[in-house]
Amino acid sequence: MMRETVLSPKARQGIAYWLELWGARELLFFLAWRDVVVRYKQASLGIAWAILRPLLTTLVFTLVFGKVARLASPSGDIPYLLLVLSGMTPWLYFANTVNECGNSLISNSSLITKVYFPRLVVPISGVLANFVDLGITLVLLCAMLVWFGTGIGWHILLVPVILITLMMLSVGLGLWVAALNAKYRDVSFIMPFVITFGLYLSPIGFSSSAIPEQWRGLYGFNPIVGVVEGFRYTLFGDRYPFEPWTLGFSLLLAVVLIITGVTYFRSIEREIVDII
Amino acid sequence: MSYAIKVEGLGKRYMIKSGNTPRNTLLRDEIMSFVREFPRKKDTLKEFWALRDLGFEIAEGDKVGVIGKNGAGKSTLLKLLSRVVEPTTGEIRLRGRISSLLEVGTGFHPELSGRENIFLNGVILGMTRDEVRRKFDEIVNFAGVAAFLDTQVKHYSSGMYMRLAFSVAAHLDPEILVVDEVLAVGDAEFQKKCLGKMQDISAGGRTVIFVSHSMQTVTSLCNQCILLERGQVRKQGAPSEVILDYLGGDASQVGRVDFGHGKPVGDDRVQLTYGEVLDEAGAAVIEVDIRKPVSVRMGFRVLKNSGTRFIPNFHFIVPGGTYAFVTSPDVLNELAPGDYEAVCQIPGDFLNEGTYFVGLAVSSYDPGLTIHFFETSALTFNVRDSMEGSVGRHGYANVMPGVVRPRLPWAVTEKR
Repeated sequence: MMRETVLSPKARQGIAYWLELWGARELLFFLAWRDVVVRYKQASLGIAWAILRPLLTTLVFTLVFGKVARLASPSGDIPYLLLVLSGMTPWLYFANTVNECGNSLISNSSLITKVYFPRLVVPISGVLANFVDLGITLVLLCAMLVWFGTGIGWHILLVPVILITLMMLSVGLGLWVAALNAKYRDVSFIMPFVITFGLYLSPIGFSSSAIPEQWRGLYGFNPIVGVVEGFRYTLFGDRYPFEPWTLGFSLLLAVVLIITGVTYFRSIEREIVDII
Repeated sequence: MSYAIKVEGLGKRYMIKSGNTPRNTLLRDEIMSFVREFPRKKDTLKEFWALRDLGFEIAEGDKVGVIGKNGAGKSTLLKLLSRVVEPTTGEIRLRGRISSLLEVGTGFHPELSGRENIFLNGVILGMTRDEVRRKFDEIVNFAGVAAFLDTQVKHYSSGMYMRLAFSVAAHLDPEILVVDEVLAVGDAEFQKKCLGKMQDISAGGRTVIFVSHSMQTVTSLCNQCILLERGQVRKQGAPSEVILDYLGGDASQVGRVDFGHGKPVGDDRVQLTYGEVLDEAGAAVIEVDIRKPVSVRMGFRVLKNSGTRFIPNFHFIVPGGTYAFVTSPDVLNELAPGDYEAVCQIPGDFLNEGTYFVGLAVSSYDPGLTIHFFETSALTFNVRDSMEGSVGRHGYANVMPGVVRPRLPWAVTEKR
């Protein structure tokens, strides 16, 4: 007997959906691969662009915050350039992922209206594709760490915790944006502003220690703070001031965003073809 | 026989906002109207059922044509079957893997090479990577793009692009294939190739669902036909029967088509006024017995004295586009302005059973050929074989091949 599939209003719920998503993992891989290949084929500088972009932004931020605004590194033996690059690494991943996840449904609308697959594949493939960029930036960061000879300690073992939090935060927010974007067309105009504001509101070009003492607690409620400062802590160790609760808060918020994001996305998913 | 597809109580509802307040497509508007209209007014939504309480069963290995007017629900059914949209009520049971071709080249990326696109497109359409790898050479050969595999497809000609896209789709190998007629685009040669490939697929015992506007394609490809009307099944059965029901659905048009209203068909010398298919008794019909004669009559109006010797001619075409024959009168006269009728009788025991399409034309030759009008497939009729006393049966119950099945003089004698 051949496998029987039942399509009904209730069919795509519960465990069946997640099994289907697992079955679509090859598609997930291919969409991510397509995004990566196309991105570097289109850029005139190709793969070099993946190194130049974080490097140039980092240089500009180092000049503006370190030289012009004369902000100091929290510890004398952490070069300001390294401080900025270690902030830029998680930030660029976060910004690109939210942006790409957010636009994924619209940019793949021709696919979505013609072929069926679990729609979660589309935003998730964007997350995967950005791992390549993140990897390249991490290699750049490692090279810088060796160059400046700051050395690393046992704290480096906490990096996976940071990266997982970062990924969950990006995906959670990305899913929300993707679903909202499919439903409301002005979301794609709002998001670039939000991301740009986020860059300056987060401790990317400076350290949280530059924030006045009395505001620092409040500042910790920016979920990026926990991730970025946590990341710096894993690189520089106890030399770097870090408040663990901020990372805890980021992780908690990430979990909440993922759960609500997936739920909202799933509720939009059934009508997505009708509204896109 | 077990079913491949079973549809029960299927319904798809769309909500349309009535009046002049469209759905909020801006987040800004949604927030504003939420603030302004708190507590929220009840939305004035109008329901529209694209499909309602639809039910049918399709046996394994059947080739089913789905026909119906625009808005009858064909596309919605197609989308539901291919799972692009979800049903509002009811259910669809599918046995085996289903693939749908709503469009060729879905997911092709212009920046990627032909090779890369074959893999990407194959996986998008539901193959695994290993399957694509196995069929890779076959796909490339069918498309005939071997020399351009590593060229970005944005540099392909549109013909090459279509061939490659169709080739990937044609090698899907599903148990159930859902095809939209928009697939059959491109030049005539490519269309023929597409249809040929689809015939191959269906010959392999696969179940095929084919949505089309072309009655000819449906009759040539399908052994079953479903007629949709206003979101419901109006008729299911053999293609010729269902198509007749569909074409004869408007009672005033049974066996007769009038061209008097609307845009005139013809030129400044002669115009077509009507066409009809008549039985022995002279009544307009859409179906005749295979043993009985059938007449085709055409009315035309000569507009001026031009000294032209008009040639009325009828073109008989069978599903699939093959010409059965073209016929015109032996004797031609110069015609003064006025209304004329041209009639041609086809004897009984001449045509084969099945559907015939009749093209109506008037041309002239003096000395170059002028076509004053040519209405292809203006008329259609069905020849029914009642199996009794018809030519060549002798108890054989299957389809008799051939465009015609004439009764011819035979002699079987013992040789001395």
